[in-house]
Amino acid sequence: MLNPTHELCSIPMPDQYFGMDDYGKGTPRWCPGCGGHSILASVQRVCKDLQYPPEKTVCVSGIGCSSRFPHYMGTYGFHGLHGRAFPVACGIKFRRPDLNVFAITGDGDCCSIGAGHWVHAIRYNMKMVVLLFDNGIYGLTKKQTSPTSPMGTLSNTHPAGSVLPPINPIQTTLGLANVSFVAQTTDWNSAHLYATIRKAADHPGLAFVRIVQRCPVFMRDLYGDIATNKDELILLSHQNGIDLKPSALQSFKHILEHDPSNIHKAREHAETEDGIPIGLFYQNTSSPRYDLYGAHNRGMNTTDKKWALESLLDQYTIRNN
Amino acid sequence: MGDIKDIRELPQKKVIKPVKLDEHIIEIVSDSGEGAQKCGQSLGAISAKMGNGVWTVEIIPAEIQPPARSREGASGIRVRIGSKKVTNTGNYANLVIALNEQVIYGRLRQDAYDDQTVMFIENKWATHELDSIRQQYADAIDEFKALGIQVHEIPMETECLKLTPNPRKGKNMWVLGLLCYIYNRDVSKAEEQVQSIFRKKSQAIIEMNLRLLRAGYDWAERNIELHFEIPAMQVSSDQVVMNGNESLSLGIMAAGIELCSMYPITPATSVTHHLAEYFERVGGIVHQAEDEIAAIGFAIGASFAGKTAITVTSGPGLALKTEFLGLAVMAEIPLVIIDVQRGGPSTGLPTKVEQSDLLAAIYGEAGDAPKIVLAAATIEECFHFVILARKLAESFRTPVILLSDANLATGVQPFPRPKIDTEWFSAPIDQSPWKEDTKPFDWDPQTGLSKRPIPGQKGGMYTVTGLAHGPHGRVAYEPEINQNSAESRSRKIAAFQKTLKPPIIHGDAEGDLLLVGWGSTLGAIEEAVDRARNLDFKVSSLHLRFMFPIVPGLTEIFSRFKKVITVEINYSDQLGDPMITKENRRYAQLAWYLRAKTQFDIDCFSNVYGQPMNPGKVFQLIERELSEGTNNINS
Repeated sequence: MLNPTHELCSIPMPDQYFGMDDYGKGTPRWCPGCGGHSILASVQRVCKDLQYPPEKTVCVSGIGCSSRFPHYMGTYGFHGLHGRAFPVACGIKFRRPDLNVFAITGDGDCCSIGAGHWVHAIRYNMKMVVLLFDNGIYGLTKKQTSPTSPMGTLSNTHPAGSVLPPINPIQTTLGLANVSFVAQTTDWNSAHLYATIRKAADHPGLAFVRIVQRCPVFMRDLYGDIATNKDELILLSHQNGIDLKPSALQSFKHILEHDPSNIHKAREHAETEDGIPIGLFYQNTSSPRYDLYGAHNRGMNTTDKKWALESLLDQYTIRNN
Repeated sequence: MGDIKDIRELPQKKVIKPVKLDEHIIEIVSDSGEGAQKCGQSLGAISAKMGNGVWTVEIIPAEIQPPARSREGASGIRVRIGSKKVTNTGNYANLVIALNEQVIYGRLRQDAYDDQTVMFIENKWATHELDSIRQQYADAIDEFKALGIQVHEIPMETECLKLTPNPRKGKNMWVLGLLCYIYNRDVSKAEEQVQSIFRKKSQAIIEMNLRLLRAGYDWAERNIELHFEIPAMQVSSDQVVMNGNESLSLGIMAAGIELCSMYPITPATSVTHHLAEYFERVGGIVHQAEDEIAAIGFAIGASFAGKTAITVTSGPGLALKTEFLGLAVMAEIPLVIIDVQRGGPSTGLPTKVEQSDLLAAIYGEAGDAPKIVLAAATIEECFHFVILARKLAESFRTPVILLSDANLATGVQPFPRPKIDTEWFSAPIDQSPWKEDTKPFDWDPQTGLSKRPIPGQKGGMYTVTGLAHGPHGRVAYEPEINQNSAESRSRKIAAFQKTLKPPIIHGDAEGDLLLVGWGSTLGAIEEAVDRARNLDFKVSSLHLRFMFPIVPGLTEIFSRFKKVITVEINYSDQLGDPMITKENRRYAQLAWYLRAKTQFDIDCFSNVYGQPMNPGKVFQLIERELSEGTNNINS
């Protein structure tokens, strides 16, 4: 599609303009009221606003309700194995710096079966956006305790209530080596959700976003109140934080100034039990990136390759002619 | 002093005309860390450079630093040098250098020596300060002599102390010098070798080792009456000398693969050590993943993104990778997996040879997951089969497992230098627009084949999924689609099988006995068959490389022999055991598989002592089978 402004304007314009439709595919099969719907719309909007070519964008997921996500995107997608979105996403990005990568994971996927990969993906710090859809319950397999279920959660695996304290994904991620971007948002505050993913997409490294998500079927009570009661959310605000319009700020009763370059304060806020802090906890744009290492010697031509290989074989050769 | 005369009585060099030999098997056995392997590898390399056929195999204890002077701690190397091509480790050693007597017990238990073996043993233990050690040594010498071994006690430590205060480091080069005299090796080539192995060390260390080498040579010239000549082979083409893991590594590079994603595991890891040193020169990179699962997941991601990647592992790692392997089959993602097999199950025998992953490689995944499985039989094939595997993975849009084993991994052998062809390299990533009307799984009804879109190709956007899916790649809930997609994935493997030729029979096309092998046992089997055929036994052999799908023509070939037996290094129940019947007997893996494929009553000869197959054992099998006058059990 040619941009009609081409002949009217001397400012270079892209040949093709992608609309929201270009990023959608099929009809999401998530339950009505599931947080997945609004996250999908926000990601599509970010892709559109950044004009990511759909063919240069890959959404990678594991298994679980969250991980159906790639099927609803008009981009390339990889719906892989339970807990294993990170290795696949990292493998895709390692030698393809031209691709925009989103890794979609859930609380069971990331914090339980794939927890080992979580630790290392943070450390690799390859440029990609990681969205942790955290609804505190296993949904696809029908209500088992998740590692982020609050203690006492009644589930099919713990009918008398879960017995261990949950993992706090923000606190955990902030404790990992080479962490470079940690943010938290919710599925029901669409302005903050969009602004957070937008900020994550610009980050030069791995941007870890935990999305506090409602499950209206199995965890109706977990965030039901918070979604309507503004008291529970604490907005972390800073000039280098999540960029919200003044009108969006009005929806928050509690606003806390937090400098995202301060990891110690970030860890303190992550541990708060006063409410749910949302915003940018931590960002460091100069952490070492493994994708830059992976891409450093790509595209060697066949002549050079043949020459290098021949000289390598020379080391092992006994000449007989 | 033992049978050898004291150096002071024989100060003059003697001129002895070397005795010509067709071949000799030499072992150097020591405690771990005494450099025996470096010594043997050098002897092998010098001999290969002189034009001899060579096969070396390392003797490796499972522990990094087992206790000194322990029977289980035997560490060392066996070198077989011949005037013809050498294809296996051989039977009994002709000559062994022992740095202590205890490690020899370990080798005796593995049947490494017979009454023809000549031994040179360090004599410092005879005067050790501890009574117990002196006693152990004296007892051992008596025992070895009683076995018929010709024992020479020699003053290795005393001689080395004249040059270095720490003979533990350096004795190996003195021994190399000694062996260079005995086998009349070219001293200048030996000196080049010493300079090469210590190239990363200081000049002082190189000088010291050169002095030790010459000292060992001179001492042997004055004191040892054995002097041999093993004439060179008549070879006109350039040869390369390397072990199987180096060959795999070079094969990976020659295949144009640019990413190897791995997790450390013995005995596969040295493939990636070699790659890590050289891969970047040819545009590749090694990723050390956080675990075996991540290693294959990362490789699958890279393959999905356009360039077929490789992951290298051993048995326990293969087990961990099975879920991802199933995904690669389901999602039709090209991928190469190398499995350098070791003893199993579980941690098993990490440093020892076994061929126990065949069925796991073919059938290991949950669900129906057909894929291609190849097995390299020689060090040369390790190189060429990686190139083949990458091509097959892409042509048939499938994972390909390439099996090697611990015997090939550390064995060193010369083979013709490959003529690098740029056709071997993978093509650049296709980024041309995708034909909009082509579905991502547009299975050809005849061949099951389809073309895959690659991220970056405009119009090709689709989502890979491990869920059942139809030609559009979308999740399918209709039973017909699942049946049809399973058929397509199976059909393309059948289509590949149609391109294969029947295997070549070694020996006559019919006879009393056919031995069937796979992997590193090739040389031992063929050597035994040749020896038996010279004695008029009607025995032949064939060796399989394409394990799944299986090569055509086997039923027809088997029908021309009275008996078919597989020779393998894995477990099988022994007939004759009162607990074992024909019904409950567990067969060796290839035998089990071929029985199902061909419906012949195939027997097997296999064990799990962790040792390479040797021609003597195979010859005994042939003798036993053919002197019993067995009937045609296949009819």
